Amino acid sequence: MAVQFEAEVRQAPEVAVLDLHGDINAFAEPALTAAYSEAEAAHPGSILLNFGDVHYINSTGIALIVGLLARARAAGRPLLACGLSQHYVEIFNITRLADFMTLFPDEQSALDQGAPQGAA
Amino acid sequence: MTVSVQTLWSTVRRRRLGRSTAQLAETARPTIIPVPEIAPNDPLVAYLQSVAAAVDIEDLELDSPALRQMRDNGVQMVVPLVSQGELIGLLCLGPRLSQQEYSADDRTLLNNLAAQATPAVRVAQLVRQQEAEAQERERIEHELQVARLIQHTLLPKTLPELSGWQLAAYYQPAREVGGDFYDFIELSDNRLGIVVGDVTDKGVPAALVMATTRSLMRAAGQQLDSPGAVLERVNEALYPDIPENMFVTCLYAVLDTATGQLRYANAGHDLPYRRHGTEAIELRATGMPLGLLPGMAYEEKETVLEPGDSLLLYSDGLVEAHNQDGDMFGFPRTRELIGGFVDTAGTLIDFLLTELSQFTGSGWEQEDDITLVTISCSAAHRSAWLQSESEGQVSDRDPLAAFTVSSVPGNERIVMDRVAEAAAGLDLPETTLEQLKTAVAEATMNAMEHGNHYQEDMPVAVEVLHAADDLIVRITDQGEPYIPENPEIPDLDAKLAGLQSPRGWGLFLIQNMVDEMNVTNDDSGHTIELIVHLKGETHGSPV
Repeated sequence: MAVQFEAEVRQAPEVAVLDLHGDINAFAEPALTAAYSEAEAAHPGSILLNFGDVHYINSTGIALIVGLLARARAAGRPLLACGLSQHYVEIFNITRLADFMTLFPDEQSALDQGAPQGAA
Repeated sequence: MTVSVQTLWSTVRRRRLGRSTAQLAETARPTIIPVPEIAPNDPLVAYLQSVAAAVDIEDLELDSPALRQMRDNGVQMVVPLVSQGELIGLLCLGPRLSQQEYSADDRTLLNNLAAQATPAVRVAQLVRQQEAEAQERERIEHELQVARLIQHTLLPKTLPELSGWQLAAYYQPAREVGGDFYDFIELSDNRLGIVVGDVTDKGVPAALVMATTRSLMRAAGQQLDSPGAVLERVNEALYPDIPENMFVTCLYAVLDTATGQLRYANAGHDLPYRRHGTEAIELRATGMPLGLLPGMAYEEKETVLEPGDSLLLYSDGLVEAHNQDGDMFGFPRTRELIGGFVDTAGTLIDFLLTELSQFTGSGWEQEDDITLVTISCSAAHRSAWLQSESEGQVSDRDPLAAFTVSSVPGNERIVMDRVAEAAAGLDLPETTLEQLKTAVAEATMNAMEHGNHYQEDMPVAVEVLHAADDLIVRITDQGEPYIPENPEIPDLDAKLAGLQSPRGWGLFLIQNMVDEMNVTNDDSGHTIELIVHLKGETHGSPV
C-alpha cells in the first residue's frame, strides 16, 4: 500500500533534522525539496535525514537523495542519515551513498556522534 | 638514395708487356671483362654523375672500391650514362687495340654515343622493371587467391543447429589475408567443441599452418575430453614442423549444450567474453601459443552459460583496429559494448561491426582478419531445461500468481506486495524477500514507463512461478522492444559532479537484488524475468 510522503523540519543545535514519512518516490520530490530548503535556510552545521518512518524508496527516490547530497556537498555541509532499515542500508551501500553520508541507526546516535560539535 | 648502375661489358685488349709477338697475337683478340657492381655509396657514383663525360680512370684519385676493381680488370676509360641526373650505366673500355691513347675525337665520339645510348638504356631498364613488378604483383595476387581459397575451403560452411542455442559467425579477411580461423567440432554426449585461432604471418604460409592446426584440433578434440589436453597435444604435434617465427594463438572450448557448462583452455588467444545481463565477463585461462615451445601445459577453466547469456570469441582484427587518429578500438571499448548490448538491438555481431564501422570511419582499410563467433543460450533453453529438470517433480513448478496492473505511477507498490504474498509460502529469508520486492518494483516501473509509456489502458502482466529450485517473476509490458534504462553502471561520483543524471538506478538495483535477470521479446511483449535461487548460495547477503 502506497503511503503519501510528508516531511517535517526540526532545528536541533547545529543540526537540522528532516523527519521523513511515507514512500520516497517521484511523488515525494516537491515535499522533500521544500523541506530540505527550509532546513538549509537556517544554515545548520549539518542536516540529518531521519528515515525512521520510511518503508519504501525506489530508484527515483534514490535519485532525489543524490540530488540532496549534491546540494549539501556544494554547500560544504555534511548530510547524515538515520533510521534506515537493514535493506535500505544495503541499498545505500551498493549505490555508494553510504560513502558520502554517514549512516546512524537512530537519531540520538546521529546527534551524539554526527553533529559537528560532537564529532569524535 | 638508390643508384642503379647498368653493368655493361666492354671489349678490351689486355696489355701483355714484354711478351712475344706470338703471345701478343694470341692476346690481341678483343676480350670481354666484367665491370664490377658499384655500391650506391661509392664515391665513384657521385663523381661520374657530376662529370657526365668520358673519364680516364688513371686520372682519378678516389677512395673507391669499384675504381680499384676496374683498374685491376684493365679498364682504362669509362663513359657514364646519366639520365635526369642519375647514373644508370657505364661504358667501360680497356686500351685501344692500336695501343694508342684515346684521342679527343675518340672522347667526343664516346660522349655522343653515350648521349644517344642513355635514353634507350633507360627505356629498356624501365620496361624490364615494369615487367618485373607486374610479375611480382601477379605472383602476390595469385598467392593471395590461394590463401583465400584455403581459408574459405576450411572454414565451416554451415553452423551447427542446436536446440536452445543460437550460433553466429563472421569472418572478413584483410586484403593480405591473415591466418584467422574458427571451427565447430560436434562431439558425443551433446557436446560441441569451439575453436577460434589466429596464425601469425599472412598469405599462403599462414593458411597452410591454419589448415594443419585445424586438422590437428579436430583429431585431438575427438579423442580427448579436456580442452587443456587438446591444446597440449596439438602443441606437441605442431612444434616440430611449424616454420620459424610462426606460432598459433588458439582458444578451445567445449560446451555441454544440455547444461550450459563451458570448459575452456587458451593458447595465448584474445580472452573470450561471457555476456551475462549487462556484464561482460572475461574468461581467463593461461597458456602459451601453439608451436612456440614444447612441453607446454594449458590451464583449464569452467563456467556456465545461463539462459540469456552469450559467449563471444574473436580475433585481434577487432580489438586492434585503428581509426584515423591512430586510436585503437581496444579491449575496454569492446567489453563496455558487450555489457551495454541488448538483444533488441539485433545480433551482438552486427552491433559490434556497426560500432567498429563508426569508430574507424569511411575509407578504412581493414588491417587484419576479423573473426567473430557468438554462442547464445536462448530463453527457450531455460524453459526446456526447467521442464527437463522438473520431469517427475511436476509439483515443483507451480504458478503461484498471475495478475495484471494498469500502467499508473505508484502501481509498482501493488505488484511488489502481491508478489510478496505469492511467495509467502516459500519461507524466503527476510533479506531475500526485501531484495526481491525492490527488484520487482523497479522492473514494474520500467515496464510501465518505458514499455507502456504510462498509458493506463496498457496493462503490465505479472507471473510468479515456483520452478525447481528457483522463484521466477515474469513482468511483461505491451510495448515495443526497448532498451532498458541506462545500461551503464551508475557512477555516484559523476552524478554528484553533475556529469551524469541523478537517475538511472533502476536496472542497477534489479541486477543487485536478484540472482538472475533475463530480458526477452516476443509477440506477446517485452518481458523481464527475475530469478531467485532458493537453494545453495544466493547472492545478496547484507553488505
